[in-house]
Amino acid sequence: MTTLIDAPAPAPAPESRLRRTDALLRARELGIGLAILVVFGVTTLKNHNFAEAASVQQLLSGAALIALLAVGETLVIVTRNVDLSVGSVLGLSAYLVGDFFVKHPGAPVLAGFALGIAVGTIFGVINGLVVTVARVPSLVVTLAALYIIRGLDAVIVDGKQIDPTSIPAAFQAVGYRTFFGVPWLVIIVTAIVLIVGFAMRSFRACRDLYAIGSNPEAAALAGVRSGRRVFAAFTVSGALAGLAGALFLSEFATVNSTGGSGYELLVVAAVVVGGVAINGGSGTVLGAALGALLLNTISQALVAAKVSSFWNQAVAGALLLGAIVFDRWLGRRVARSEAIRGERHGS
Amino acid sequence: MNVMAADQLTASRATREIEAGVPLWRAFVRWESALVFLMIATIIFGTMQSEHFFNTTTLFFVGLNMGEIAIMALPLTLIVITAEIDLSVASMLGLSSTLLGYLFQRGWPIAWCMVAVLVVGAAGGALNGWLITKLGLPSIAVTIGTLTLFRGIAEIILGTDSVGGYPQSLTNVGVLPIPGTQIAYSFGIFIALAIVFAVVLHATPVGRSIYAIGLQAEAAHFSGIRVDRIKFLLFVLSGLVCSFAGILWTLRFATSRYDAGTGLELTVVTIVLLGGVSIFGGRGTIVGVVLAVIIVGCLQEVLTLLTVDAQVQNIITGGLLLASVILPNTAEGVRRFRSRARRKP
Repeated sequence: MTTLIDAPAPAPAPESRLRRTDALLRARELGIGLAILVVFGVTTLKNHNFAEAASVQQLLSGAALIALLAVGETLVIVTRNVDLSVGSVLGLSAYLVGDFFVKHPGAPVLAGFALGIAVGTIFGVINGLVVTVARVPSLVVTLAALYIIRGLDAVIVDGKQIDPTSIPAAFQAVGYRTFFGVPWLVIIVTAIVLIVGFAMRSFRACRDLYAIGSNPEAAALAGVRSGRRVFAAFTVSGALAGLAGALFLSEFATVNSTGGSGYELLVVAAVVVGGVAINGGSGTVLGAALGALLLNTISQALVAAKVSSFWNQAVAGALLLGAIVFDRWLGRRVARSEAIRGERHGS
Repeated sequence: MNVMAADQLTASRATREIEAGVPLWRAFVRWESALVFLMIATIIFGTMQSEHFFNTTTLFFVGLNMGEIAIMALPLTLIVITAEIDLSVASMLGLSSTLLGYLFQRGWPIAWCMVAVLVVGAAGGALNGWLITKLGLPSIAVTIGTLTLFRGIAEIILGTDSVGGYPQSLTNVGVLPIPGTQIAYSFGIFIALAIVFAVVLHATPVGRSIYAIGLQAEAAHFSGIRVDRIKFLLFVLSGLVCSFAGILWTLRFATSRYDAGTGLELTVVTIVLLGGVSIFGGRGTIVGVVLAVIIVGCLQEVLTLLTVDAQVQNIITGGLLLASVILPNTAEGVRRFRSRARRKP
């Protein structure tokens, strides 16, 4: 839509360009890390309880679910699509897992997680199929899915709710038990972030996602099977949202038909703040996860600074807008400096 | 999302139809006539399901329930035709309702409250438009951002409070029909606005420019259309109209709450797309959108008469949204496949 303005910059030697882009991305993650530390430091100065172990644990656990959803969302957004159904998938998955434990009290903990992932995968597959086969814009598909899945949730839940007493203690332990002071929830999410992050750097199939997002026509000409890759991205996003549902249940031990409502906006905000371009083609999973941590640090800091929690949503929205404006500014700067450099080299 | 490729697709389809001697309006007529059948089917369905459906009070309630949504769908129609989107409409409605309540609570005269709300609405739309046209940011990202931002500001202003006590002469506007008819005020306003929008879109140079932008923004730019200015003004218009809808909403419920109209963007987008407006831009008519308003309104009324839960109604609205995009896409796919097959010897 913005082709009028973006004249393609003459490309310098590809290797140096890659290195510079890489450095830029690393700088983004560093920048978010710094921002988290600054918010954390300033809040601690005002309120010393903020740096206590329990508070830090809460900071990490609170960000974990959004970070996990942000991993899947990154895969989708990198391909120039979007998945707005993650919050609804999380809610339905959490309830179905809870219902499973109500009906099978002695069921193993892993079965609960497997069920959550399975539920999420089903919806991811449906989203992916509609987007790639029927070629409907993902915005429309997943906006519709958001409401359809939440409606299904309401029908299935039917006004009931899952109580902590019916969730096995071992399943709840995942939500609160710690390992050397780090909650298991956080360990699981960190592991997934690192694994997917590594895959996104190293595997060809994952690099294809970036190719599709930065230039769909070129990717198709280069022989990338865009349909399959985009389908896979939606499936992974659904599966992770399903897993997040199971983790939601283990963290809160209770769920009704509104669990996870509105998460999709936080997730998109986290991903974009984390440096993933909303137009696809660039960004990392680690950045997105850090974006989630930054959002949660800010919202907890507001609580610690006794600012009303009513500010949360406005801050998230402002950060999202700030991040896209910043990215556009950065993109123009890079394009201009590359153009200048290209002229120098060319003459 | 794949807007550029889609642009080219729509444009090539348009040129092909012109080359083949098929007037462009044929495509519209087909979709709109399908909508007329769908509307009749919905009304027959409603009459079969409930004996209370086919009477004038239903007309009143359909109008009352759809009024604000329908009004917000009009500027969104123009925006989608230019191949952009505005997802912040429902949040702007909520922010306007909140602001109206806040100012009224402070003792401002109600007329000044309304003026202030409309100004803020236009300013919010200008923020969207500025970010999209001046900075060249994608409208989906910007308006997801302002969706969150506007609702967040509303939450800061009122928290969990609600404001009531509006003068009854005004709240009557929200719940009574226009004297002598069974048409709700908001729906009457919608019809009047729809006529204005239809004339502007279908019979003025500005309207033709809006289509041209949606078909090929670059070509429109080079043929002298001020693409950015028109887009900017459309977003300002959207903000203004949505804040007006927020005022009507407040009068209808006689209260202001920060969460007024949460999630309504789904219904508004559904109506616009069901009305035959192409999500890729360049196609769509006001008549189609008006028909879509009636269809969705009647359907919701039937479901309410059948005491179907609001959440479950969302399943149906979501399904309609999907169907209204999948169907034309599939038809287009089939047409392309057949024309390719014909070209092969």
